Amino acid sequence: MLIDIFPAAQQTLGFIGLYSAGGVESCMFGKILIANRGEIACRVIKTARKMGIKTVAVYSDADAQALHVSQADEAVHIGPPAAAESYLVIDKIVEACRQTGAEAVHPGYGFLSENAQFAKRLEKEGIAFVGPNVRAIEVMGDKIASKKFANDAKVSTVPGYLGVIETADEAVKIAGEIGFPVMIKASAGGGGKGMRIARSRDDVAEGFAASMSEARSSFGDDRVFIEKFVENPRHIEIQVLADGQGGAIYLGERECSIQRRNQKVIEEAPSPFLDAETRKAMGEQAVALAKAVDYRSAGTVEFIVDTDRNFYFLEMNTRLQVEHPVTELITGVDLVEQMLRVAAGEKLKLKQKDIELNGWAIESRIYAEDPYRGFLPSTGRLVRYRPPAEGTDKTGHTVRNDTGVYEGGEISIYYDPMIAKLCTHGPDRDSAIEHMARALDAFYIEGIQHNVPFLSAVMQHPRWIAGNLTTGFIDEEFPDGFSGIEASGAALSVLTTVAAVMDHMENMRRRRITDQMGGNPVKFSVKRVVSLDGEQHPVEISEDGSALLRVLHPGAGGKAAADLAVQSDWRPGDPVWRGQINGHDVAVQVRRVLNGYRVAYRGVDAEAHVYTRREAELAALMPEVEVADTSKLLLCPMPGLVVSIAVEEGQDVKAGEALCIVEAMKMENILRAERDSVVAKLNCAPGDSLAVDEVIMEFE
Amino acid sequence: MRNILEELGERRDVARMGGGQRRIDAQHGRGKLTARERVELLLDEGSFEEFDMFVEHRCTDFGMEKSKVPGDGVVTGWGTINGRVVYVFAKDFTVFGGSLSETHARKITKIQDMALRNRAPIVGVFDAGGARIQEGVAALGGYGEVFLRNVLASGVIPQISVIMGPCAGGDVYSPAMTDFIFMVKGTSYMFVTGPDVVKTVTNETVTAEELGGASVHTVKSSIADGGYENDVEALLQVRRLIDFLPSSNTDDVPIIPSFDEAERYENSLDTLIPSNPNQPYDIKELIVKVADEGDFFEIQESFAKNIVVGFARIEGRTVGMVANQPMVLAGVLDSDASRKAARFVRFCDCFSIPIITFVDVPGFLPGTAQEYGGLIKHGAKLLFAYSEATVPKVTVITRKAYGGAYDVMSSKHIRGDVNYAWPSAEIAVMGPKGAAEIIYRSELDDKEKIAERISEYEHRFANPFVAAERGYIDEVIMPHSTRKRLSRALNMLSKKSVTNPWKKHDNIPL
Repeated sequence: MLIDIFPAAQQTLGFIGLYSAGGVESCMFGKILIANRGEIACRVIKTARKMGIKTVAVYSDADAQALHVSQADEAVHIGPPAAAESYLVIDKIVEACRQTGAEAVHPGYGFLSENAQFAKRLEKEGIAFVGPNVRAIEVMGDKIASKKFANDAKVSTVPGYLGVIETADEAVKIAGEIGFPVMIKASAGGGGKGMRIARSRDDVAEGFAASMSEARSSFGDDRVFIEKFVENPRHIEIQVLADGQGGAIYLGERECSIQRRNQKVIEEAPSPFLDAETRKAMGEQAVALAKAVDYRSAGTVEFIVDTDRNFYFLEMNTRLQVEHPVTELITGVDLVEQMLRVAAGEKLKLKQKDIELNGWAIESRIYAEDPYRGFLPSTGRLVRYRPPAEGTDKTGHTVRNDTGVYEGGEISIYYDPMIAKLCTHGPDRDSAIEHMARALDAFYIEGIQHNVPFLSAVMQHPRWIAGNLTTGFIDEEFPDGFSGIEASGAALSVLTTVAAVMDHMENMRRRRITDQMGGNPVKFSVKRVVSLDGEQHPVEISEDGSALLRVLHPGAGGKAAADLAVQSDWRPGDPVWRGQINGHDVAVQVRRVLNGYRVAYRGVDAEAHVYTRREAELAALMPEVEVADTSKLLLCPMPGLVVSIAVEEGQDVKAGEALCIVEAMKMENILRAERDSVVAKLNCAPGDSLAVDEVIMEFE
Repeated sequence: MRNILEELGERRDVARMGGGQRRIDAQHGRGKLTARERVELLLDEGSFEEFDMFVEHRCTDFGMEKSKVPGDGVVTGWGTINGRVVYVFAKDFTVFGGSLSETHARKITKIQDMALRNRAPIVGVFDAGGARIQEGVAALGGYGEVFLRNVLASGVIPQISVIMGPCAGGDVYSPAMTDFIFMVKGTSYMFVTGPDVVKTVTNETVTAEELGGASVHTVKSSIADGGYENDVEALLQVRRLIDFLPSSNTDDVPIIPSFDEAERYENSLDTLIPSNPNQPYDIKELIVKVADEGDFFEIQESFAKNIVVGFARIEGRTVGMVANQPMVLAGVLDSDASRKAARFVRFCDCFSIPIITFVDVPGFLPGTAQEYGGLIKHGAKLLFAYSEATVPKVTVITRKAYGGAYDVMSSKHIRGDVNYAWPSAEIAVMGPKGAAEIIYRSELDDKEKIAERISEYEHRFANPFVAAERGYIDEVIMPHSTRKRLSRALNMLSKKSVTNPWKKHDNIPL
């Protein structure tokens, strides 16, 4: 069943008939090809199907069993796993169109979505490109050119000098004119490479040389330019839609300030920072820019906004953005549908006055990465994948999860590690945040590491809740990385209560085991102790009717007493405990461990053991297990043969750097450094056969 | 009368203090619990009934007559685990270091006799310094009496040993003859002769932990079936294990009502087998996904990891799971894996526990180490165990079932009751490459031709259908429906009745 992704708009605005696929359209495509994979391919298929358009998926060897392949009407194999040999090969995509008779190509984002050559080629082949005209892609694809263009279109740009700067002296002079601090940037840059902040004349001279050489080595293009550096900036972008026939509108903004290494993590719409006036000004400038390039399709104009709400053009993305769902949720407009209509030659039916922003939407990107280990990518089999239920509840809150994976699927090393985009929508920002926190609690993933605990932690962060954001948020608030949240307050109460209730349920059942001795049945004490990460919390459980349990927290050590009514239909083995505690909806992720549970809730991930009072007394006598410090060792993860060692004793290694290759059952496994360090000692040589956990090398 | 009641109370209080507060504190200081605390943890709250609390030794040599402690170094009695009767004895290290005297042994044999007569499991908790030297041969006699009862009870009632401190010399052989041994990491060790004697005889310098700690016996020697972090964890796990076991060989397996749907589909199993035949996958995912509520009690988790054995439930009833583990050595059968699985299969057969076998085995492990180590005989143990077993046996071949190892792994030919195969199964004498190279040896030099032969062989034999055509496979099933198939098969087999020819006992290749 397809989940309708715009329920909020339908319910509150009731204008869905105006824009939806219901109308009779003569020129709409019969079949399109999606030159992408993962969640965005699935996303496009969803709308195409709604519009009655047949879909063609393309896939590499690594994606033969991927979700987008099974969702499309047809699928064409386009080569080996590496994107450069499959998803990025224009000839193969064109050939797949020919083979299947697809009339148009939706490029999604990434891959070929902003490739002018691709757009040109499709034009030549008579295949429609579901995206902008070639010129817009070309102009906006170049940092300097786009800035000049924006300047000419009277779009507010960062003060700076856009010409090519030849010498350091010239750079110093220009910087002085702009006013410090300034940013020296590579023209061809991206990903933070070739970028330097300069706060003084000396900084400029030094930074200029460094940026140039970095730009040369990274991009083979040493052109650099200088612009004003905006301090404490926020990243706010405007969604535009244009038909290339004079129709162009903006659909409000998205704020994407929560980023890690220039990678967006959490986005929202609208921005908690903009007022109506600024929004209108930004929107109108974005539309002006779109019109100036004869823009056609959906596009995004990115701005940085300073603390005084001055905004400056950053760049224009000539494609559908990853974070487009938040705009869809607050406007009720299906952007993919609009893109398809425009690409088929239709004029925009939407006028600016039709666009109303309704409520608040938040998107959390679920990545396959280990938040506790510097967010290193994690790959492997999704042993369990249970996203929260999608749809709109009675209170008008919506959960939407755009995903391209499924339980039993594989997160491969070849592509983006994004698993899903979890979105929530509510009448206001606070309720959207609360529902996001709840949805994250119910998001169960096993088999790979993921950033759900980190996202949950952000959802509770006071600065996030206050909307006081800058693009430096993560660096400033999590300077030492993320190591989880300790259970306290409400989370502690929820976790101890849920653990006690689960244990009670299992006990109740165990006492119904067959083969018991005659006479009086065994009594179980309802006075229990929940040990949460070693800390003991007494509780008392009583049954109140058939469906309700009461958990009494007697209160001790400064903690208030509480008597909680708990209702749940959780059954042993369920990975997520869902229920109500004193009427509040709660979801907790549960994993079985020896004699207890691993429970995760609101960024807290703790081990819970539930004891009788006596067991707890005796457990308290047990010595704490000293965890062997293996952080300075590289252990062999499986029994195998050392094929090669890539480092020497005394060598500096960077996190992620390959250290050695171990072959196990004909499979070569590359072992990488977990953090920056120095190799102190090698304990084995190529050809050695190792047992699991044997020490391969030691670090300083 | 009141005085007599008071005296009982007082005498009990004295007995319960064992070797006195100082020794109890010392025991706690070592991270260990006392015998009575252990019994308390093992059994249902308040269910323990102690026997022979006032027994004292009768030794008069070396001034022993002057030091007597009621209980004499072992706490014995019975109680319940989730309402089911269990007999228990626990060595009390605070009294004479838990050493075994004639009367101490008699307390244990009394409990052993009761357990056997009344058909209920017995759990022994070990934490002792061996024989009480002062008693000499009387203590040795006591050991013999205990050993004999271990043997007579073997296969009649489950016997479980938990090593929670020193266990050396004569003490080790009673646990060695029980069904399962669990150890506590760091505080327990087992050996026949200790580090001092080792030093004198072989001049090896070795610590007690290195000689016989949990890290040795759960990983290297396979003496122990599991190692736990501390006393509490170990005893709670024994409770969990008892829930899986029938009380005796004439009782049915216990049933815990299950909330888990018998017909639960697990669609993710359809992608468990990687498309590359040489890529490993974790067989435990399959076990956990077909078991009730994902609950699996693994036996010998750290030893011979190329085979996985343990208990689970299907529709609330205990089953024994045996599975090749492709993650380790490609799931090959070697001496260790064969011995580990053989012992487990025989335990299940003793106690009417149906056996589910998941097969993904590339064959037996080649090499001098294996052959010199007696692979033939060890492999034969598993073959023997499966062949003689009369409990319901359901087999699922997930991928490879090559060569003799195919026969061994509960095949149809050795009385597998229901033998399923996933569509990814390959039942053949060996892998396609090896087979083609033997059959077409003359074409070995022609790379192209041999590649063609390999693919030819693959096409013909790398599937379950050749075997299915012969009836060696009863049905080829969809991976996602495995749980449903297993539960139906087990229900269908619930009245299975097979008897082997009468014999005094068999002669398994030990």
